[in-house]
Amino acid sequence: MANIKQLSEINERLVGGHRLCGGCGASVAVRQILMGAGPDTEVVVAVATGCLEVSTTALPFTSWDCSFIHNAFENAAATITGVEAAYKALKATGKIAKDKEIKFIAFGGDGGTYDIGLQALSGALERGHDFVYVCYDNGAYMNTGIQRSSATPSHSWATTSEVGAVIPGKPERRKDLTSIVAAHHIPFAAQASVGNWKNLVEVSEKAFNTPGPAFLNVLAPCPRGWRYTSEKTVEISKLAFRTKFWPIFEIENGKWSMKEIREKDLLPIEEFLKTQGRFAHLFKPENEHLIAGIQAEVDEYYDYVKSMCAK
Amino acid sequence: MANVTVLGATGNQMVAEAFRQAKVDVLPAYPITPQTTMVENFAKYVADGRVHTEYVAVESEHSALSASIGASAAGARVATATAAQGLALMFEELYIASGMRLPIVMANANRALSAPINIHGDHSDVMSCRDCGWIVLFAETAQEAYDQTIISFPIAENPNVLLPVMTTLDGFVTTHAMERCELMDDDTVAAYVGDRVPENALIGGPKAVSHGMFSSLGGPYFKLKKVQREALENSKPYIQAEGDKWAAITGRKFEFVEKWECDDADYIMVIAGSSAGNARVVARELRAEGLKVGIARIRLYRPFPVAELVDILKDAKAVAVLDRSDCFGAQFGPIGLDVASALYSAGAQVPMRNYIYGLGGADVTLDALRQAFTELPQVASGELDQSLNYLGVR
Amino acid sequence: MKHMNRTYEDVSTYEHWTADKFLPGGIVNDPGNSMMYITGGWRSNRPVWNKDNCNDCMLCWVHCPDSAILVENQKMVDIDFEHCKGCGMCAVECRFDAIEMIVEPDSLSAEGGN
Repeated sequence: MANIKQLSEINERLVGGHRLCGGCGASVAVRQILMGAGPDTEVVVAVATGCLEVSTTALPFTSWDCSFIHNAFENAAATITGVEAAYKALKATGKIAKDKEIKFIAFGGDGGTYDIGLQALSGALERGHDFVYVCYDNGAYMNTGIQRSSATPSHSWATTSEVGAVIPGKPERRKDLTSIVAAHHIPFAAQASVGNWKNLVEVSEKAFNTPGPAFLNVLAPCPRGWRYTSEKTVEISKLAFRTKFWPIFEIENGKWSMKEIREKDLLPIEEFLKTQGRFAHLFKPENEHLIAGIQAEVDEYYDYVKSMCAK
Repeated sequence: MANVTVLGATGNQMVAEAFRQAKVDVLPAYPITPQTTMVENFAKYVADGRVHTEYVAVESEHSALSASIGASAAGARVATATAAQGLALMFEELYIASGMRLPIVMANANRALSAPINIHGDHSDVMSCRDCGWIVLFAETAQEAYDQTIISFPIAENPNVLLPVMTTLDGFVTTHAMERCELMDDDTVAAYVGDRVPENALIGGPKAVSHGMFSSLGGPYFKLKKVQREALENSKPYIQAEGDKWAAITGRKFEFVEKWECDDADYIMVIAGSSAGNARVVARELRAEGLKVGIARIRLYRPFPVAELVDILKDAKAVAVLDRSDCFGAQFGPIGLDVASALYSAGAQVPMRNYIYGLGGADVTLDALRQAFTELPQVASGELDQSLNYLGVR
Repeated sequence: MKHMNRTYEDVSTYEHWTADKFLPGGIVNDPGNSMMYITGGWRSNRPVWNKDNCNDCMLCWVHCPDSAILVENQKMVDIDFEHCKGCGMCAVECRFDAIEMIVEPDSLSAEGGN
């Protein structure tokens, strides 16, 4: 992988003038991931309906210095595979030069991926197209106003999993999308975050260079939805890793490997939870037992990933 | 000179041949009765290496049209096919395809919509999508399904049109029944359809482009919709030109509305699709019996051929409009509404009765069609009202 | 119109464009022209770059959500105040105290328009 200084010479494919919030994790993720495509490669980006899409393509302005397509909410994966199929067909007829290399990548939020776009994603992965799919996971439908998705963590507040007198936030555990994707036995899948840029660029580079489908599930915190101030996006992502909230791992041709948390870096889940207003209710005395439950959940998941890596 | 092969073929076979001969680049499809043999036949061409097409075996119709949109935006020649629930599942994408101004040719095997679930032919599916901004064609026969599928490519891809085209044929009656068909040779079709020459494609163009932009309040959404409406309306001469060009090769005429004995007719039936054949049988008998009847068969449904229909119908004593689907809650079925508004806006005071027929593939009997024709004198005299009737259902 | 060494078509009057001025389907064929759209006016805090402390480590650049850290020849050269929204991530990620966040002074808030 190129070092950070070399990366800084790559032309930005997502440029300024977009209207994402200050401190948005999604744009950090997109910039770092597109660095992984290399300096000169032509890239076509598809984006599912959501913050990233509306904020980067308000007519007559596009923030994409590469070809871009938005179709709808649930079909970024299907759309990009259509583009990829066109590329193969046009190459076959010589309308595109045989040696011309183009990379294809789709971005969807957790709503557009874990929920409404899961079917299209599954189909695209199964069909084996040569593309990268990125879920930028901020754990709720942020664009429509912080409604819960199946990526919303246990006991988090969201506007459709309210904290009230009888229910303390979202009762259900979040879906393990990365494992679901891994079960498609695609050549490369990874879970990464904007808290570790080097790893994110690395896995992105691997994803782009993998023939066939590759998938990245990227934690991309949302200051508005998580209720924290905008400068903390990367800091909180780092805490997500150190508290086991968001393990960083990859699955290359069925082989799992993870970044283990060094003992001196390991922190209890409270350290992650307390940084965000969406978990503020958990620190009331009557809810403290819920934190123990979340700790047990993240411990269990971390151990599960570890056990998969041991196989 | 074109070489013609005469063969016995089903509508689905002929549409698959048209897709093959048009050298489609990308064909994303999902199987649904009665469209299946269309895509099965095409999959065989792919397996046999007879086409260069990327056949994308998607996991749903929604993804079929989504992938078609991606492929068309990328500059490829794109076709897909569906029916009924599949078309309904595509609904969101139908508007997106036309709104993004992407040429896509979709064959629809016209079939009833659930519930109750029913796999047989009627027009409920296509009519539910009639206002989605697509060019919509109705075929009567397998031959027409072939011809109309072929002309759809240069129509859709014409830089002055840039709209998706739905070429439709009736479930089972046309998709599955074997008819005498004429297949043109591959080179003739290839020369006729030519290559797609895309502008502003995602790949292969001079610069990067953004498709599927956002336009909220204050943006040009409203303006773009006006342009879209005009593009659909203005597509008529290009549709006719392609039909004429193809007719010059095949000898088979293309008209937006086929007139059968309309010139001196007192009573005219307006119909679309496969039942027109039965209607002609009855009309011939009635003419022999002295009732001057004619048939106006709609081949181009969107954009609606208002002027052509008004011209045919304006001097009739009464008109029977046959609809193989219903617009629940509206005064008439879809073609009934269109004809009524066309006549009204032209100031033509022609009594009209609307007949809903053959839903869910119900037999379209000669007796039923005879009833529709023979009621028209009473409609003209005012003995029968201008209402909507379920033909043959008591 | 030139911006950041790139030339873009002038779209400043687009609200008054007639319908036919847009490409079919609203395609935009001027990649990256949002550089012409100024978001600097969103800022309530402002990064101040202390060049003397800067080590050109690029950590601010790699984390900036608005691509607003300007880099040339592997060295930081400036901050793009037309697009910086003042989120403060650069200051948090800087290991050399080379970026400090201050309240956006009234005297400067006009910069970047909007």
